[in-house]
Amino acid sequence: MGRIMAKPEVCMGCHLCEVWCAVAHSKSKHIVKAFLYEVNKPLPRLVVEEKLPLTFALQCRHCAEPDCVAACISGALSKDPESGIVVHDPNQCVGCYSCVLTCPYGNILINPRQRGIIKCDLCAGMDTLYCVSRCPNEALVYVDC
Amino acid sequence: MSNMGGYDYLIIGNSAGAVGCIEGLRSVDKSGTMALVSEEECRVYSRALIPYYLGGHIARDRLYYRPLDFYDRAHVGVFNGHRAVKIDTAVRMVKLDDGNSMSYGKLLIAAGGKPFYPPIPGLDKKNVYSFHSMSDVQGIEKELPGVRSAVVLGGGVIGLMAAEVLHGKGIRVHVLELADRLLAPVVDETTSQLVENALRETGVDLYLNNTIGQIHGGERVESITLKDGRTIPCDLLIVGVGVAPRVELAEHAGIQVNRGIVVDKKMQTSVPGIFACGDCASTYNFLTDAVQNMPLWPNAYLGGRVAGYNMAGAEREYTLGTQMNAMHFFDVNIVSAGINVTEANQNDSLDIIKNYDAEKKVYRKFVFSKEGTITGFILVGQIDRAGIFLNLMRRKVDVRGFRKEMFKNSFGYADLPETLRWQLLQDDVILGVV
Repeated sequence: MGRIMAKPEVCMGCHLCEVWCAVAHSKSKHIVKAFLYEVNKPLPRLVVEEKLPLTFALQCRHCAEPDCVAACISGALSKDPESGIVVHDPNQCVGCYSCVLTCPYGNILINPRQRGIIKCDLCAGMDTLYCVSRCPNEALVYVDC
Repeated sequence: MSNMGGYDYLIIGNSAGAVGCIEGLRSVDKSGTMALVSEEECRVYSRALIPYYLGGHIARDRLYYRPLDFYDRAHVGVFNGHRAVKIDTAVRMVKLDDGNSMSYGKLLIAAGGKPFYPPIPGLDKKNVYSFHSMSDVQGIEKELPGVRSAVVLGGGVIGLMAAEVLHGKGIRVHVLELADRLLAPVVDETTSQLVENALRETGVDLYLNNTIGQIHGGERVESITLKDGRTIPCDLLIVGVGVAPRVELAEHAGIQVNRGIVVDKKMQTSVPGIFACGDCASTYNFLTDAVQNMPLWPNAYLGGRVAGYNMAGAEREYTLGTQMNAMHFFDVNIVSAGINVTEANQNDSLDIIKNYDAEKKVYRKFVFSKEGTITGFILVGQIDRAGIFLNLMRRKVDVRGFRKEMFKNSFGYADLPETLRWQLLQDDVILGVV
C-alpha cells in the first residue's frame, strides 16, 4: 500500500484539501450542496498544520503497527490486511477516545456532532484521493511504499 | 482423564491479550497449531464496553470485540467453559478442571484479573455485582427494573462509569470512596475536583473518606450503614474497587510473581516458552524503568501482540507501555498518561506546568524530568490531538524549547522546532522539492 505525503515547501495553506475532504465524505459529494444544503455540514478528516509561513496537511498515516487499533476497546478500528487501510467502523465505535490518546500524529479527530471519531479512510470506495487530486499546488502526493 | 491433544501455541484466557497474541502470532506463523482455553462460555467480548451496553448506548451484539469468524479465520481451536487448573512446566502440559489436559510448545497466560472484594461481610449477597464480566452484565440486567437506590463502592474509573450508567436509568446513585477524592491513583486533585463537580451537578451522591460499615438484609442487600453511621437504602450494590491479577496458576507452577506475573520486554516469564500479558502480568513501564501491574486495555493487547510475535520466533520488545487512561464521566473528557503527580507525592525536584481555564473548564498539566522530557500529563475538557503528547513522551523528546506552546488547544507538529518536527515526520513529508 502507499501513503499520502505532504510537501510543506509548496503548500500554500489554502485549506482546499480540507474543503474537498469534507466534500468527499458528504452525502451529495457536491461542493455547493454539501456546504449549503446538507443538514450535517461535511467535516474534513485531515488537519492543516499551520504556523505561518509554514503550512502542511496531515492525515491518518495508516501505520504498519497502528497504536489506535491496539488501544481501541470496541474493535471499531482495524487494519485491513489486504489494503493496509486502518478502517473505522462508526457503528462499533463508542467514542472512548483511547485512539485520540494514542495516535502519535494527532490525526484521529473527535467528531463534534456525536461521541465518536472521524479519520481518513483513503477515500474508500471513491475514484480518487480528493485531498491529493484537488491540491492546486501538488503539495500532497500519493507515494507507493 | 485424557489428553486433548498438543498445540504449538496455547493461550489461557480470552480477552484483549489473547486477541493481541493471536493477531501478532498469525501475522508471522500461519500454519502452527493454536488453541485457546476460556472459562467463559462466550466468544471474545470487550469488558470495557460493559458500561456502554448497560447504559443503552450499544446493542448486545456489539459487546463483541472481534467478528464471529475471528477464531476460524485465525485457525484457533477454542475450548470454552474450561478452566486451566495446573501448568506442568517440565512436560509442557496444562491441566483443565475436568481432568483433561493439553500439551503446548509455547504458552501464553492471559488470565486477566479478578474484581477485588474488600473483606466486608455481606458482599456475597445476591444483588452484589462488579462491572467486569458477562455474568455481571446478565445479573445487573435482571436487577435493573426493580432498582431505585444503588450503591457503588469505589470512586475509580469503573465505579464512576457504573455510577453514570445507573444514574442514566433514573436510579438514585450513591458513590462511596475511601480516599478523600475520586480517581485518586489516576489523576491529580484539580481533575478530581472537576469530576466531583460534574457528578454532584447531575445529582449523584458522593461520600468521600467513606466506605461500607455494615450490610443489612437476608439473601439480598436491603440497605447499608456507612462508616460514619448514615444508612442508605440499597437495591443494587456495585463493587468497583479494583482488579487483582490472577496469578495462582503461575505461582503454583513456580513462575516468578511479583503482584503480577513478571515478564521481560519480550513478554516472557521466568520460565522459557511461557509468556504472560494483560491484567495478570507485571510489564515494563518505560517511565519508571520498572516492571509493574498496568491493567489497561492497550497494554493487554500490545503485550499479547508482542508475546505472539516472540512465540512465533519473530523477536520484538514491548518497551512503550506506561499508565494511560482515556475517560469520560458525564461528558467531561479526560486523558491522563505517565506518572500521576499529586499534591501528596509532589516534591521540589519536579518540574510542573499547569493551566486551568475556569470559563471553558479546560485543564492541562504537564510534568517534566530534569532532562526536559514529559513524564506525565493530564488534559481535561479539551483532549484533541492528545496523542502528540504521548508520542513526545514515548520518544523522550526534550520539550523545554516549546513547552508553553503545549497549552494551546491547537498545539501540533507546526509548533515544534524545525529539526525535531521533520525528524518526527520523516516518513510523512517530502522536503527539498523547492
